[in-house]
Amino acid sequence: MSVATQQPVVGPVGAPASAEKPNLLMALLEAPSIIALLLWMIVPLAMTIYFSFIRYSLLNPDISGFAGIENYQFLTEDESFWPAIINTVLLMGAVLIITIVVGTLLAVLYDREFFGKNVATLLVIAPFFVMPTVSALIWKNFIMHPVYGLIAFVLHKLGLPAVDWFGDYPLISIIIIVSWEWLPFAFLILFTSLKSLDQEQKEAASIDGANAFQLFFFIIVPHLQRAIGVVVMIETIFLLSIFAEIYTTTSGGPGHATTNLAFLVYSLGIQQFNVGIASAGGILAVILANIVAYFLVKMLAQNLKGR
Amino acid sequence: MKKYGTLIFGIVGWVIALIMFFPIFWMAITAFKTEQGAYSPDLIFVPTLESFKDVFARSNYLLFVMNSIYVSIGSTLVCFLFAIPAAYKMSFFPTPKTQGRLLWMLSTKMMPAVGVLVPIYLLFRSFGLLDNLFGLIVIYTLMNLPIAVWMSYTYFCEIPAAILEAGRIDGATLWEELWYLLRPMCLPGLSSTGLILIIFAWNEAFWSINLTSANAAPLTAFIASYSSPEGLFWAKLSAASLLAVAPIMVLGWLTQKQLVQGLTFGAVK
Repeated sequence: MSVATQQPVVGPVGAPASAEKPNLLMALLEAPSIIALLLWMIVPLAMTIYFSFIRYSLLNPDISGFAGIENYQFLTEDESFWPAIINTVLLMGAVLIITIVVGTLLAVLYDREFFGKNVATLLVIAPFFVMPTVSALIWKNFIMHPVYGLIAFVLHKLGLPAVDWFGDYPLISIIIIVSWEWLPFAFLILFTSLKSLDQEQKEAASIDGANAFQLFFFIIVPHLQRAIGVVVMIETIFLLSIFAEIYTTTSGGPGHATTNLAFLVYSLGIQQFNVGIASAGGILAVILANIVAYFLVKMLAQNLKGR
Repeated sequence: MKKYGTLIFGIVGWVIALIMFFPIFWMAITAFKTEQGAYSPDLIFVPTLESFKDVFARSNYLLFVMNSIYVSIGSTLVCFLFAIPAAYKMSFFPTPKTQGRLLWMLSTKMMPAVGVLVPIYLLFRSFGLLDNLFGLIVIYTLMNLPIAVWMSYTYFCEIPAAILEAGRIDGATLWEELWYLLRPMCLPGLSSTGLILIIFAWNEAFWSINLTSANAAPLTAFIASYSSPEGLFWAKLSAASLLAVAPIMVLGWLTQKQLVQGLTFGAVK
């Protein structure tokens, strides 16, 4: 301990004094976190890669040996594979578009002052704190149930036929639920970012005769660009693994209508015990996520340098 | 003209807020209905606590609540145990490698859970960690560790080094410096970090559904069991959900401001 106390005055980030004094204590402070995350990152991923190239089924231990790209072949030839890829992309794309477009408009709306705005803000962000299994069941039962749901009730009052949401529009139903969960996230980030917009810039634009649309597209949207980028990337990572909502509502059905990549890997690996093929699916998800992560980390690196 | 504008925007803003909150409101209302009453969309009814009693009587509800508490608080404490020393080192004694390490830590968060589901499941199976609280705490700790380090680092960086300096000049030992100077200054930041970590762990559903069943299931996994057609008791589902959601929503509201920093790793302030 005495080593550390005798050190000369050490400044915050960027102070040169500390740089040339590496010692054991310093290393020990950092090491646990780094080692834990290193193991977490390398061990399971290496196992997934390894499994994806061998024949491995928990139900049939006799099958073994190197499989080459067989697992990937089986996976792509599986009848649920392409639907799963398409569903993953549709779900991700639709939720991204909905949350960002509505989130931006909502952020602009909430950038103005109105009565009880702070309380209203709390209500808007509330869905983000509801656990996914609860969100899914609220929507499935209370709102979308074809007989007792509120939508059915309203349609009935209007004399319209009931809609079997999860039977007829399964993917759309999932998209609605997930959008409801993630809209608060997009809103909160964009709303926060909008607060840092220079008011004088807006005023200057209005004095120069800019109308509301010009103000929105030439001042507000460019200002939000960076925040929108962050929302897209973070949501993409999470939306790639949407699972609980599907698990509790449709279980991937009817047919493969709501099976996404995450649910496919679950059903191949945990339900059918086909480790090899499920791992191949996992690797595909990792590759997709890494493409996104590359851009996110690059952007954050720029941010750190700007500090 | 401007007055009307404010009024119209206020009304639109409130209508949207109420629509967003409506499903939660409806769940809260249904929790106080009887099981028969739960199927009718009446707003006027005699509130009853019957469903809450049933939830506690018919299921091991308290066990799942305790599991959620153990797992979220346990993982948060372990996270801090790992993250605070690392963040302290990184912010007060940075080396040229520090930035790279921070970004690398963050990049571990980018791995989709589904990519490692199969090996984690198999590892847990062979180590007897399936349906085990300790196993779940390990996963949640690793899941939240990058956020914990990143947020603590951000808060440490905001502390003026001159104060620590002054303490050292006055002859404070390292421990006095940490306890009397650093601790009070970083406590607000670290407590909001803690709240965010608790929220994330509390609401996590992918791992809890896949890795636990009867004994170690937290609330997310327990509520999922209501999805089976036999488990369709709406009033009880609402009561169980309300109790599971309400405390964490209050925490979420309290941390609203720090939440953005935590969620975007400081990219948006």
